[in-house]
Formats: sequence, structure tokens, C-alpha cells
Amino acid sequence: MNFIERFAASWREYRKPGYYDRFDYAWTMTIDLDRCTGCSACVTACQAENNVPIVGEEEIAKGRKIQWIRIERYWEGEFPDAKLKFIPMLCQHCDAAPCETVCPVSATYHNQDGLNVQVYNRCIGTRSCAVYCPYEVRYFNYYDHHWDPPLEQQLNPDVSVREKGVMEKCTFCIQRIRQAKDQAKDDGRRRVKDGEVQPACVQTCPSEALVFGDRQDPDSKVSKQMNDPRAYRVLEDLNTSPSVVYLKKVDADAD
Amino acid sequence: MQTDGHKLGFADVNNDVVRSLVVTGRNYYITLGTAIFVMLACFFFPWFYQLFYGIGAAGMNQPTVWGTYLASFIFWIGLSHSGTLLSCVLHITNSEWRKAMYRSAEAMTLFSLMVAAMMVMVHVGRPWFIHWAAPYPNQMEMWPNFRSPLLFDVMAITTYLTGSLIFIYMGSIPDFAAVRDRTTGWRHHLYVLLSLGWRGSDTEWHRLGWAYTFLAVLIIPLAVSVHSIVSWDFAMSIVPGLHQTIFAPYFVVGAIYSGTAGIVTVMYFLRKYMKFEQYITTLHFDNLGRLLLVLSLLWSYINILELFTGWYSGTSTEYEQLKYKLTGYYAPLYWEMILFCAIAPLLLISKRFRTSFVPMLILSIAINIGMYTERFLIISTTLSRQYLPESWRLYVPSLVELSIIVGSVAMFVTLFLLFVKIFPSVSIYEVKETMPTPKAEKGDLEWQATP
Repeated sequence: MNFIERFAASWREYRKPGYYDRFDYAWTMTIDLDRCTGCSACVTACQAENNVPIVGEEEIAKGRKIQWIRIERYWEGEFPDAKLKFIPMLCQHCDAAPCETVCPVSATYHNQDGLNVQVYNRCIGTRSCAVYCPYEVRYFNYYDHHWDPPLEQQLNPDVSVREKGVMEKCTFCIQRIRQAKDQAKDDGRRRVKDGEVQPACVQTCPSEALVFGDRQDPDSKVSKQMNDPRAYRVLEDLNTSPSVVYLKKVDADAD
Repeated sequence: MQTDGHKLGFADVNNDVVRSLVVTGRNYYITLGTAIFVMLACFFFPWFYQLFYGIGAAGMNQPTVWGTYLASFIFWIGLSHSGTLLSCVLHITNSEWRKAMYRSAEAMTLFSLMVAAMMVMVHVGRPWFIHWAAPYPNQMEMWPNFRSPLLFDVMAITTYLTGSLIFIYMGSIPDFAAVRDRTTGWRHHLYVLLSLGWRGSDTEWHRLGWAYTFLAVLIIPLAVSVHSIVSWDFAMSIVPGLHQTIFAPYFVVGAIYSGTAGIVTVMYFLRKYMKFEQYITTLHFDNLGRLLLVLSLLWSYINILELFTGWYSGTSTEYEQLKYKLTGYYAPLYWEMILFCAIAPLLLISKRFRTSFVPMLILSIAINIGMYTERFLIISTTLSRQYLPESWRLYVPSLVELSIIVGSVAMFVTLFLLFVKIFPSVSIYEVKETMPTPKAEKGDLEWQATP
């Protein structure tokens, strides 16, 4: 086959509708806000699993904290009748991610699992992805961070430590997904079973508000939860098609 | 060419321009020394500090990850816009008054583009990998992301820089030859190289004229595209207040506006300190003043449109953004910008104002301060108020950032001061074109020797 035929063949392949939406998996997380107590266990678990640096008091005051998952708090009403609502906010792994188009060096892209991945070694630190992200879940390393001994002993060897000048964000614990896929391959299975892989936040959540799985599998727990009438996505009107689905909090006192 | 008082001859032009290159006073060295010192102390020292410790030295924070570095980048790119673009437009429209000022205006383009490129280096987190943003074959088999507006930017600015460099160089070849014939020592050798063996034959003039016009026509759309593309860095995001179709014309008009004001500033100093009083006259200030007036009205119109679309969109985010801009934390800066860029330039309606030098200088500097504020506001007001209220946070520039702004001005001044001693900063041959052909008198054959 000569070059032109080969080019034409691959061109036809690329132009088929849905070529770019066809992933091996479509990892999805559902967050049931009715179950969320705002305990922040997920935040801590993420910090431990992914070597997320502790930036220190001064930097947090400057607004440079790094938390791949954070609990957003919204107050409603004045003091005596005040109500507090929580939304855990993490990278939404959008299928039409604004951050992916803007990176000049393709340091962030969509991988075969439908994940929005960040390549730290490729990042040159233009920070444009953080501007383009409407969820504000991309965190920049303003300094080199260090772990005082013996804290460096608890660093996760499966995850790299990021240097100054690069962007970082939630990966849906890609190291665990990789491990589960390897395990499935070793066992001679084609696919990872539902519930076999859990990010650190999901594993830790005491009230099981967070559920993780593959939405391509119609029998998975996330697929069922996504069909719940309470399901919605944050800032859905921006058409970013996020992979994190929230289940609305049902307010008994609401009109 | 207006000549006040005594009549300029061809030889006078040569002598005056060569004098501006060769004769250097003490004041020049003092200014140059100060500029270099300020550049090293205020730009390079803080920058190395930041390279060593991290971008944390600047005041950026979580929602406002872009800051004054990017504002300075847009500002310098904007300032670059008038030089070459204006020179090209005036060249193809055969405007006589362009001829005395275009060389220094084009130099301004070149140097502000260089300073803008430095601002990108200061802005990014890992500037030692900045070459990854350029498409070149490499062992990683990685290309940059061709969908990214930032990559369009890299392409557009590189093209504009190359185009402007060729344009200013080509227009200077006959002048290099003229200076070559009147200098000695290392200067002579330098101009022998730069003039590429120019002899002033008919064929040479013909080809130069053709190529020069060709490049002028080529550069006009290029210049317009450059700042449109810079605006897409912002407009292609979905941030409320940035995601607007008006941004490309808004940036282009703003760029030409601040660039023209920059030319007025440079003209003033060139006239005063290089003793070009006979070449740069009230005519130039009058014409530039008219241009500034038109541009300020255009700029105000686009600003009103921007407010209107924000209000008309009806979406809560756009509306909140608008309200924040007009009345929020950064509102004093907004009104300062309106005062300097929309209200003060209305003075230009008066011809007496346009033809007086010091008021024009003050106004041109005020316009550029206002335009810098505009670029700062584009970033700070929008990024600090985005969709999720939980992450709203103010941004205030740090000392390192302010120092780098001052240092970048010093860098521009340094480059320009070096330029006026190497390039003939007033075009010798084009000024002569505006003058009547001299008649040879006895003992005055000098004009024949000039190319």
C-alpha cells in the first residue's frame, strides 16, 4: 500500500462519526450530595495517595492551596436559619475539556480511558489550562515543595512528585486504574470488573457518597446512579460534558 | 517636508543624520548607563530570583493564575502595533509626512516585540522548556498542540517579528550606504556589511521600491492578525467577561491606539535630544494627534459595545462580571482608564493642543498608562470572579512584578538608545524625496556623491 492509500485509509477511519469518543472505558464518578457530610476524609485520602504537597499556612492565605479534591461550602440564609451545603469539587474529566485545547504543548490530553490526563514532564507552566477550566480544579506549583523527614517516607512510590512551575490536578487515581487493568490482563479477563478499582477518595468516603466506575457498562453502580432523577452535572450549560455526576440534595424544608 | 526658517539641502540631511550617529554627548552615556543599570537591577535580578524560587515570587493565586506578566506582554505587543503597521499604511497611501518618522516607529515595533517575548519568558512556569511550544522535529516525536490559541500566538508573533525586521532593514539599505561613505573605522566596516554593496544604480532603486511596497502590503494583514490572535488567548476561553467576539477588533484598535501614543512619546524625545527639530515638526504631531483622536473614539465605542453585550446577554455570570468591573474592587482603575483613554484624548479636537509638544507628550504617556491599566483589568477583573463563588479571590501584584514592569521599560529604552547610534533614525533618502532637487553651484558638488 503506498503512502497516499495509507493516508486515505486512515483519513476515512478518523472521519467516522464517534471516532474521537470511542474509549476503552468511560470512568465516571457519582457524588450523592444527600450522603455527603462534608467530613473532608476524601481530601485527606487524596493528599496521602497522590503526594499532594502541604503548601503551608502562608501560602494558603495567599490562595495557593493545593487540594485535588476540595469541599466547597455554600451558606444559605442568615445566622439563626443558616444552612450549609457541601459540594466536593474535583477535576470533572470533561469529555469536551476546555483545558485540553488551550495547552500549547499538549501537556493535558484525553487518554484511551476517557480521562483528562496531565503530563507533568511536558508542562511548561503557561497556566492557561487553569484559566480555561470553569471548575477551578487545576492547581499550580508556585514553589518546589518538600517533605520534612520522616514525612518523605510516606510518599506514594507510584505517583511522581511535581516540581515548581507545573500544573497538577486530580487524575482519578490513574495509578490504581493502571494496576487494575494490568491485573485484569494477567487474569485473562478483557475488562476491569465493576468496583475493582476505586480512587482514594471513593475508598475513604465513610458515607459512601462517592461511587466510581465505568459508565460504558450498563450494569455498573455508576450507570444506575446516573439514571437517578436527582442526577445533574455542575455548570452543565457550558457543554463541557463532565464525567462527574452529582446527585442533588433533597431538601425536606424546601417549598 | 516642512522647513522652518532656513532651507534644508541634501547635504544637510546627510550631515545631520550622520551626526546623530557619530557625535555622542555625555548625556547619552549617562542615560544609557542608567537604563542598563535599571534593566539589570529591576528586570534581570528579580527574574533570576523568581527562576530560582518559583513563580510564587509573583502575586498570582488560585483563580487568578495570570497576572501583570501577561498584561505586560499584551501591552508590549500592542505598543509594537503602530510602528510597522502605520508605516506600511502610510507608505501605500503615499503620505509624505511619514518619511521623517517611520524609521524610529518601526524600531519601536521591533524592540517592543522583543520585550514582549521576554515577558513570555518571565510569565511561564518553566521557561527553560519554552522551545517545546515551537514546532520542530525532535526525538520525542512530539508536536505542539495546533489547536491552542497560544500556539497561534507563537506563530503570529514570530512571523510579525521576522517581517518587521526585514522591512526595517530593507528600507535602511540606501541609508547604510550613505553612512558608509561618510564614516571611518569600525563603523565603516559595519556599514559596508549592512549596505550589501549598495551603489545606488537605477536597477537597485527600482527593485528596492518594488520589494518595499510588496512587503508593506504583506505586513498590514499580518499586523492585524497578530493582535487578533493575542485576543483569542482570552476570547477562546469560557470565562465570563473574556468570551466575547468583540475581543479581536477591541485588541487591534487598542494596540494601534497605544502604539500611536507610543510613537508620539518617542518622537518627542527624538526631536528634543537628537536635534531633529527640522525633520520632526508640528505637522507630524498634528497628524498623529488626529489619528489618536479617531482611535480614541473607536476605542470608546468598542468599550461601550462591550458593556452593552454584557448587559444584553442576560446571563447572570456576564451581568455580575459587568457589575464587578464597574463598581467592584478594581473599579477605581477602570474609571482611571476611562479618564485617560476616552475623556482626556478629546482635547485633541483643538489644533492648538495637537501642535504643542509638551501637552502631547503628557497626553501620550497618560494614554499608555490607561492602556496598561486596560490590559491589567482584562485579566484581574475577569479571572478573580469566575463561575464558582467559592474560589473567588482578589489579585494584587507583588513587588517582584512591579519591579519587572519598571525593568521592562528600561530594557526598551536601552534597546532604543543602542538603535539610534547604529541605525540612521531618520530616513535619509526618503526625506530627500520630499525636498526639491538641488541645483549644483560652484564648489558645492556634495549632493552628487550621495547615493
